[in-house]
Amino acid sequence: MSQWHTLTRQGLWTSNPALVQLLGLCPLLAVSTTVVNSLGLAIATLFVMVGSSTAVSLVRNQVPSAIRLPAFVMIIAAFVTCAELLMAAYAYPLYQLLGIFIPLIVTNCAILGRADAFASRQPVGLAALDGLMMGIGFGSVLVVLGGLRELLGQGTLLSDMALLLGPIAANWQLTLVEDYQFLFFVLPPGAFFVAGMLIALKNVLDQHSATRTLPAAASPRAERRVRVTGIIK
Amino acid sequence: MSMLHASHANDASSAGTTAPPTASLMRWVIIATLPGIIAMTYCFGLGVLSNIVLAAALGVLFESGVLYLRKRPIAPALNDSSALLTGVLLGVSLPPASPWWLIGVGMIAAVVVAKQLYGGLGHNPFNPAMVGYALLLVSFPTYMTLWAPPQPLISDTLWAQIMGTLPIANIDALSGATPLDAFKQKAQGMPAFQFWASDPLPDGTLEAWRLISLAWLAGGVLLLCKRIVSWHIPTAMLGSLLIMATLFYMADADGFASPVFHLLTGATLFGAFFIATDPVSAATSRRGKLLYGAGIGFLIIVIRNLGGYPDAVAFAVLLMNLCVPLIDLYTVPNPMGHPKRILGAPR
Repeated sequence: MSQWHTLTRQGLWTSNPALVQLLGLCPLLAVSTTVVNSLGLAIATLFVMVGSSTAVSLVRNQVPSAIRLPAFVMIIAAFVTCAELLMAAYAYPLYQLLGIFIPLIVTNCAILGRADAFASRQPVGLAALDGLMMGIGFGSVLVVLGGLRELLGQGTLLSDMALLLGPIAANWQLTLVEDYQFLFFVLPPGAFFVAGMLIALKNVLDQHSATRTLPAAASPRAERRVRVTGIIK
Repeated sequence: MSMLHASHANDASSAGTTAPPTASLMRWVIIATLPGIIAMTYCFGLGVLSNIVLAAALGVLFESGVLYLRKRPIAPALNDSSALLTGVLLGVSLPPASPWWLIGVGMIAAVVVAKQLYGGLGHNPFNPAMVGYALLLVSFPTYMTLWAPPQPLISDTLWAQIMGTLPIANIDALSGATPLDAFKQKAQGMPAFQFWASDPLPDGTLEAWRLISLAWLAGGVLLLCKRIVSWHIPTAMLGSLLIMATLFYMADADGFASPVFHLLTGATLFGAFFIATDPVSAATSRRGKLLYGAGIGFLIIVIRNLGGYPDAVAFAVLLMNLCVPLIDLYTVPNPMGHPKRILGAPR
């Protein structure tokens, strides 16, 4: 059971695809202008991640390693097509709004990365859990980023949720600041800025908890690990 | 801070000043902005001064705030006056009597993000004032294009404008366009002479902009005489700007503005002496400076004539800031007596 716990923790926090591995940044930065856009793409990505991880794990012993990457891409593409058709069927306005970024889920390297690095070597149950947790980790960062950018850029939250959830959500929009627009956060540079701030926040939280749990273990380590984010010691 | 500049500043400033080189450099630049500031205030009223005072005060405030959070010594950093200078430069770039929150957002982008988050003075790859300006121009285009026509020193709405309580429609009624903006928005296919004959600008606008440009030139000459900036960047920038503008003008004199117009309106001369020469974000070697300045002049004309924005000094400077590491890599001076270094060879 502890393996399940580790996988959950890795997917959601310690190796979060968006905040630590920095994978799949293209859709993350391009789509996260509002909560509804982010949530739509987050759900689609989650679906593809769980589906492709499970399927890759199922066929892992049949696929020769020489052609494994094309095979995984085919599997992922099949799930992306499913997600695209489902979205077109049940959330058509959002499908139009997200446009090219739904088919582009297939190029999200977080998905192929997990398929190759984890799902192709692990039993089905663990692979599915890993896909689920990585998907939730990616999706939650996407939604938080979308929320922050919507708030800072337009002064609203949850606007146009009806695009995804239907007429029930028609009145969900919270207008926190009237007559407000700060275009920087709506435009792509704002996505880079807010994503950078989220990464910084994660590092601060990690450092804080590290000093609290292990106050004596502050000895400098000899080697320096090469990583993009996280606490660089 | 480039040692080259620092040592120049040290030689130039009178013996007996106790200020460190950086501080005396920054102070001389601030002094050199005075002719331009006076000319702008004369033409556009006290709104220019309110911009500068607010921006400089907020710059110092944000600088000390971030330094406190970073647990760095505050006094030396404030003593070098660089935050003050950033405030002055952003203040003169903004439309007169800009609302306080606009200036505040610009100064946060300039001092907190562009300067301190990158490591403070000497580590910022981009010109802080221009980062603030570009962010505001992209984010609040309505406020950033509201240049009032030349007006008396004190206007009735000054206070309401600064406090941001004047409705945007009223500001719109008060404001005109800058000459560059007006020329950009001239009707498609209207020949330039017909445009000027139609008297498109409020009285005295063009003259005001020429006066201001010449005042910036005077300040720039002071900087050159004091050897605070070397001649390389301004000369290369203005030269390539004039060459590019002439080429466009020769190709289509009806569609594009004349080289003199490009030189004497907008932020050309201000940018050449006060923005492009920022020693932190500019190229370091002499050849590098020539390339860097020429690139800025080239980009200004390309963006003004072919792009979507009327003026382009901020964008051109930021884009060339981005090229500085590359320029510096390929323009390392050859030490005397050493064999010529091969490009790309490991150092």
